[in-house]
Amino acid sequence: MPNLPWNWMLDGWIVATAIVCAVSCSLVGNFLVLRRMSMLGDAITHAVLPGLAIAFFVTQSRSSLPMFFGAAGVGVCTAFFTEWIRKSGRVDEGASLGVVFTTLFALGLVFIVHSIDRVDLDADCVLYGSIELTPLDLVKVAGLQIPRAFFVLTLVLCLNAMLILLFLKELRITSFDPSLAASVGFSPAVIHYLLMIIVAITAVASFESVGSVLVVAMMVVPPASAYLITTRLSSMIFVSIMFAIASAILGHLSAIAIPNWFGFRSTSTAGMMAVASGVFLLVTALFAPRQGIAIKLWHQLTLGLHILADDIVALLYRVEEKQGKKHAESQWVRESLICNQNLFRLIKTWLQIRGEIEVHQEKISLTRRGHFRAQNLVRSHRLWEQYLLDEVGVSPNRIHPQAERMEHYTDSELREKLHQAVDNSLIDPHGSPIPDERSTESES
Amino acid sequence: MSVLPLILAKFPQAAQVFLSHVFALVENRVAIWEQMQRLALLQDYNTRVVLFGTATLGCAAGVVGVFTLLRKRALMGDAISHATLPGIAISFILAGTFGWNEKSLPILLAGATATGLLGVVSILAIRNLTKLKEDTALGVVLSVFFGAGVSLLGIIQQMPKGHAAGLESFILGKTASMVASDAIFIATASLLCLACCALMFKELKLLCFDEIFAGSRGYPILTLDLALMTSVVIISIVGLQAVGLIMVVALLVIPAASARFWTDSLGNMTLISAGIGTFSGISGAGISAIFPRLPSGAMIVLICAGWFALSVSAGSRRGLIVRSLRRLKINRSVQRQHFLRTMFELSEEANSLAIVDGISLATLSVARTWRKRELISTVRRSVKEGWITRIGNQIKLTKKGKIEAARLTRQHRLWELFLIHHADVAPSRVDREADHIEHVLEPETVAELETILSEDRQRIPQSPHELPHQQHDSSAARNVANDLEKKRVNIRNQENC
Repeated sequence: MPNLPWNWMLDGWIVATAIVCAVSCSLVGNFLVLRRMSMLGDAITHAVLPGLAIAFFVTQSRSSLPMFFGAAGVGVCTAFFTEWIRKSGRVDEGASLGVVFTTLFALGLVFIVHSIDRVDLDADCVLYGSIELTPLDLVKVAGLQIPRAFFVLTLVLCLNAMLILLFLKELRITSFDPSLAASVGFSPAVIHYLLMIIVAITAVASFESVGSVLVVAMMVVPPASAYLITTRLSSMIFVSIMFAIASAILGHLSAIAIPNWFGFRSTSTAGMMAVASGVFLLVTALFAPRQGIAIKLWHQLTLGLHILADDIVALLYRVEEKQGKKHAESQWVRESLICNQNLFRLIKTWLQIRGEIEVHQEKISLTRRGHFRAQNLVRSHRLWEQYLLDEVGVSPNRIHPQAERMEHYTDSELREKLHQAVDNSLIDPHGSPIPDERSTESES
Repeated sequence: MSVLPLILAKFPQAAQVFLSHVFALVENRVAIWEQMQRLALLQDYNTRVVLFGTATLGCAAGVVGVFTLLRKRALMGDAISHATLPGIAISFILAGTFGWNEKSLPILLAGATATGLLGVVSILAIRNLTKLKEDTALGVVLSVFFGAGVSLLGIIQQMPKGHAAGLESFILGKTASMVASDAIFIATASLLCLACCALMFKELKLLCFDEIFAGSRGYPILTLDLALMTSVVIISIVGLQAVGLIMVVALLVIPAASARFWTDSLGNMTLISAGIGTFSGISGAGISAIFPRLPSGAMIVLICAGWFALSVSAGSRRGLIVRSLRRLKINRSVQRQHFLRTMFELSEEANSLAIVDGISLATLSVARTWRKRELISTVRRSVKEGWITRIGNQIKLTKKGKIEAARLTRQHRLWELFLIHHADVAPSRVDREADHIEHVLEPETVAELETILSEDRQRIPQSPHELPHQQHDSSAARNVANDLEKKRVNIRNQENC
């Protein structure tokens, strides 16, 4: 990026504030995701409207401290009401959250429109607090001029980190097994309400200074990404913090860089941070080492190709065994395996590269190496047939499809055991000979 | 905190503001009355349009909401509504680029629908392909799509002829300025969703209650799910424009959640939810038309919330009142049964001690460590129901009471015997265990117990363990009585002093 409009005094502070906000939100967000309450962040940012209205009405000013207390109070109430309705009304978590926050929002709206004449406070300023403006609002702390939002959010971050470190054991046990927690002797409800209070404080402090988009996104998306690639709570928290920091940096960079390509100045950092965290989640969901969607698909695909290759060499072996022909028509092989033309070409090339078949003028023949592979496969197949018939008692007309499936997963060790189990039999139930074991490694 | 004094200091001012509103209302009473008449007779064309629109929207949202609630996706509407923002922004930009009218409704709606559906697909993909749960999928889609929308709006504001002011009202909604074409549009979309739900009622029912069974019967789960979610998208988009984001969420969630308190059948629940939705739509818009400066969207939500409060407390199936009454009734019957059995056991013992007169309250309270108030209220109820007679502190079983008490004792002891002989429970522990079970023993079970234990059919079996009060016979009771007497004397002495 040659001409990135980067200014350390402005962009440096924005990124720093964004990082602090993102980390404190995703710290508590981990537990929201684990407790299936991901929508709480969104609900609180909407529900605090009456709190703001009351604070405004009481103080007749938009100064931030009363606003903060009003909003945080209502935020905590949202969590409490939700829990109460869920418990006493036996309503599903999401539904009770939906009831509470919409009602509170409507109440706030009526309150604002009806009771305060000169409305200096509208839904927009609640929904879009602006992180770009944070460097302009400075406070003096210990002789240094730092943005107020950065200062506040750092305090919140310290609070969150301290509480989570102190109560990690309790939070872990109540998140994963509330009944165990109750039986061990500490109340899941107390921990739950403590968590709700931190969530409310974090949400209000964050959206008041940097906007609600960021709160909702950072509470859910980095923990969700971390959840996909970890299996331990501590590593999940750590990874989610890393994702949060990365989203903050990438988000701001793309907010000032991407619009430039189309001839615009810059766009909302908060919005782009949400998008950046979404991109991270997408990448994680696709390429997570064990559960990634793309990884799983790739494994399925390679397994399918491997089985197809097995079938081709085994077919060539049987042709040679039955008819004495060293080679078979490519077309005929493809049709008897009912295989797609392009796929077949791909597999043929692959087998050629591995040196297991040779192709001469549309005729395929096995190389020595391919012959060994095929021989072991056919050996597995016939051993399994014998074993299924003799030892398991599967009826003779059903052993072939079973053996057809098993042969691909059988290694030499298992073949040896099968061989012993069928009393070193030399022919299979259909009367064909069981070929000898061939070691591919030693030959090549 | 100095908040409380501040509130108190502001109170007179608040009261003044409130009173001035009340006075203004009284002064406008005539005007309001006229307004109400006009509303009731649907004289205003504009009111007619608005009421029609909100009513159909409320009805459709109520019906669709039932299914999303049962699929534990109550907040789907919230996520979808946020997911429409990037679509609106993109179609605005595209329309500007190709020189069409940027604010023409069909173009914006097409964009909103496109990203709304993309949001649905993402939610389903996250839920079905990863190990993330439903709520996380909703949260992710909501925040990421909304973030993209906000970023795009940031760009739109810098466009040369970008006056995105209209877009925000598109998001927040404005009911009062609804015109006939809007109402017809809302009604068409709502009817479409209603028809969709009515046609697929059976399939959706299966999907909501047993997804795996539905799949095993060969129903196309994914298609059904998509159809349901598409109707959520339609409702959200139509409602966004009519009543605003939060109101759509409320209409999708609250009527359905309220209806759940009244019934256990899906058909009834759908009807009730549709009714609450329609009513709230009409009355919310109506109130907003009569009284000045009450936003209709907010009023609709508040009326829904009122319905919810009513349902939570008074719902005939799961309401708090009904449930606590049910619990009270069970508690009382358990208490009565314990009381009668204790009476029986005490009189058994009394007979052997040849005390024929009734049993005193003091003896009873020692026998089962009842709290005094509990005991007295149980005694009072039992007298009223004719199980016992009470003369002073002496209590006696009536004839009816004796039969019932004998039956209860028999059940209790049969169960104790069963536990000892067939469940290998130690005799010292069976009393407690039987205490829990005896209240729910059915006559058939009792008959079965009799055959298993091959006891004499009509006799009350001997208690298999020593009754607790047999050991220290009635001396404990006597002690208690003596104590009471002493206290009384003490009190009298104090009074004399």
